[in-house]
Amino acid sequence: MPYVLRRLVATIPVMVVVAVFVFLLAHMSQGDPAAVLAGDNATVEDVEKIRASMGLDKPLIEQFLVWGGNVLQGDLGISTSTNLPVLTLIHQRMGPTLSIALFTILLAVLLAVPLGTVAAWRAGSLTDRLIMLGSVLAFSVPVFLIGYGLAYVFSVKMNLLPVQGYKPMSGGIVEYFRHLLLPCISLGLVYMALLTRMTRATVLEALGEDYIRTARAKGLGSGLVIWHALKNAANPIVTTIGVGIAMLIGGVVVTETVFAIPGLGRLTVDAVLRHDYPVIQGVLLIASAVYVLINLLVDLSYRLFDPRMDR
Amino acid sequence: MTMKNACVKTLIAGMTAAGLLLTSGVAWAATTVRLAPTADLKTLDPLFNTAYITRNHGYMVFDTLFAQDSEGKVHPQMVDTWTKSDDGKQWSFTLRDKLQFNDGTPVTAADCVASIERWSKKDTLGRLLMKAGATFKVVDDKTFEISLEQDFGLVLAALSKPSGMPLFIMPKRLAETDPSVPVTEMVGSGPFLFKKDEWVPGNKVVYVKNPNYTPRAEPADGLAGGKVVKVDRVEWIYIPDANTSAAALQNGEIDMIESVTPDFLPVLEGNSEVNLITGVASQGMIVPNSLLPPFNNSKARQAIYHVIDQAAFLSAVGYGEKYRTEYCPSMYTCSSPLATDAGAAPYKTPDFEKAKQALKESGYQGEKVVILYPTDNVNSPANLVLAQAMQKAGFNVDLQAMDWASVAARRLKKDPVDKGGWNIFLTHGGYFDANTPATNPWLSAPCGNGLPGWPCDEELDKLRAQWLAENDEAKSKALAVKIQERAYESVPYVMWGEFKPVIATRGLTHTDLMKIGIPVMWNVDKK
Repeated sequence: MPYVLRRLVATIPVMVVVAVFVFLLAHMSQGDPAAVLAGDNATVEDVEKIRASMGLDKPLIEQFLVWGGNVLQGDLGISTSTNLPVLTLIHQRMGPTLSIALFTILLAVLLAVPLGTVAAWRAGSLTDRLIMLGSVLAFSVPVFLIGYGLAYVFSVKMNLLPVQGYKPMSGGIVEYFRHLLLPCISLGLVYMALLTRMTRATVLEALGEDYIRTARAKGLGSGLVIWHALKNAANPIVTTIGVGIAMLIGGVVVTETVFAIPGLGRLTVDAVLRHDYPVIQGVLLIASAVYVLINLLVDLSYRLFDPRMDR
Repeated sequence: MTMKNACVKTLIAGMTAAGLLLTSGVAWAATTVRLAPTADLKTLDPLFNTAYITRNHGYMVFDTLFAQDSEGKVHPQMVDTWTKSDDGKQWSFTLRDKLQFNDGTPVTAADCVASIERWSKKDTLGRLLMKAGATFKVVDDKTFEISLEQDFGLVLAALSKPSGMPLFIMPKRLAETDPSVPVTEMVGSGPFLFKKDEWVPGNKVVYVKNPNYTPRAEPADGLAGGKVVKVDRVEWIYIPDANTSAAALQNGEIDMIESVTPDFLPVLEGNSEVNLITGVASQGMIVPNSLLPPFNNSKARQAIYHVIDQAAFLSAVGYGEKYRTEYCPSMYTCSSPLATDAGAAPYKTPDFEKAKQALKESGYQGEKVVILYPTDNVNSPANLVLAQAMQKAGFNVDLQAMDWASVAARRLKKDPVDKGGWNIFLTHGGYFDANTPATNPWLSAPCGNGLPGWPCDEELDKLRAQWLAENDEAKSKALAVKIQERAYESVPYVMWGEFKPVIATRGLTHTDLMKIGIPVMWNVDKK
């Protein structure tokens, strides 16, 4: 069986375990979606009627089998709080989340890989120290603080960019980017710091290898030496990028909350607060599938950078 | 501004202008009001639960038979004329002309009767109406009748109930839905149309002007009078972070915040472009579990009253002196027509010695008292003040932190504390959910009720029954005074203070109607 197919088949038991775990985790929590839905002044009888109408009075195993059967048919169920299909809710939130994830990673990679490489090349110099200081700062300051700071300066004080919200690309490309800029910068700084440090460490390690010394001894130019080192240091960097994308797609709750962006992270937190089981289960299942898929892609990409993996 | 800033600003302004050209001209030509609501709209059916956000949505899409003005007087809204028999037991109502649902069908008496029947299965006043033996009859397309077996002085008050669960009229086919199942098809006859295709839960709710709505001729006052819509589109933008919503208002991205988080009031007060509107008062409520010791004894419940310093609670939540009533003794709120200080004298100032004495008389043995403490609630600091004050009075307090969803589930349990039960939770009610013995949930709950806390006082039940049957205004008010006196003795709940939620607007005119505490968008215009 080809490698890719084997890896894909191996994801099936993983997803089954995830499904069981997600279902149990959601249902083991203390809250009651019917009580939340019924409102403040609801009586016990009101709540019991709503619970019955949601099917929550049925045995847990029966609820799991119904849900599992529907999932196999591509139906993630209906949100208990909004009465909308879970797939519709996820579809509504996918645009903002994908946009933030892709542009944040793009921003981070475009800046972090060159910065990390320069820091490694000039290890111990003032440049290296300044880059490392910047990355430590960016990594240490909480994202919400960076977000509030950026919003205060660029929105409230300078009135240049919007404080909140998301505009889809269909509403104009400029508005789309204007709404993404601040969240992506505030979030990207953390990832940039992480990637810069990772790139510096791996490139520095590669620069100490025998083949680099040989290349230098043969008179290879600095640029080519760095390129060789970077290519050999690529795997850990790609892994970090992959994990970063997966984490961002899973939802970045704080950034989404600070900038009022309707992404998957807020959908999940909101569902948890309301004990909206179908939404919790649906989002976590899809996020897990995305995580598995990205890990697979990362594994496959190793072969591009390291031909030895094919052996 | 530095040269660099100027360049950046020019560049982004240019990009914005280009972006505007790329976007649809139609969308920008329409007058749109953007409002940041207090909560996210989840349930569309206004006859399903008592969430304020669902009620507010109801006022956008649906209309009511009667409505109350800013002074609480009842006026016809969908109704044109009505008659009442001398004994007050036979009522006849005729609808006004040109009423139609947004699916094009006319509003009929049958729709009204079906809506009343569904509402009366869920709402407190509706249940009381049914308890008085109400039956309904459709006379013709525009006329229906209500017949009562017993005296009931609140027929118009019930039909015009402004909050909790107002009586919104929906088509008969939808009103026949089981009350425990939410209606999801939004067909109303109100001033706005709900755009379900643009609804993004957790983010945005969109309404557009209903072109077929015919407002009444009278000027708008409170919820009554002509609902003249002056804007084309209303967007509710849910912004979960209070700091972001305040910044968005200052930046002109939204036109209104429904209820400003107290911490941000000083920031907005300093902005000359922002208009702050103080609404009618809301009441903080402490609900003891009357089924379990120690609060199954009224003396222990009185002990809580003896430790309440309303100013301390309100300060902790963040309401400065401008936005609170320094001390309010009235269970009907201090600005309501029924406001009274009857029975409150022993509790005006906190007295820990009296609290200890009452606690001793209750037979309290030092058992654990569980306070359900929701950390994700705007009033959560009030729980800490209560816990500290109760500890000082000798209660063995167990403050259990959790999210509101867990509080909502846990408070339904009647089990003992060691089996997941509880003793106290805090909440609050808007003006319309506190201002009478019938609308205040913990004052109106009779023995055998299903309301968490399960208060029961047969003497209070008798007084309330007399009040409900009373048609004379002066006698009714005297009975309300007696009800409060009795409530201060039996203590079905405890007030922790009265605060005035603040609405913030920017660039809007004719916003006075919102002082009733409900963000009605008719008559509002944009500069």
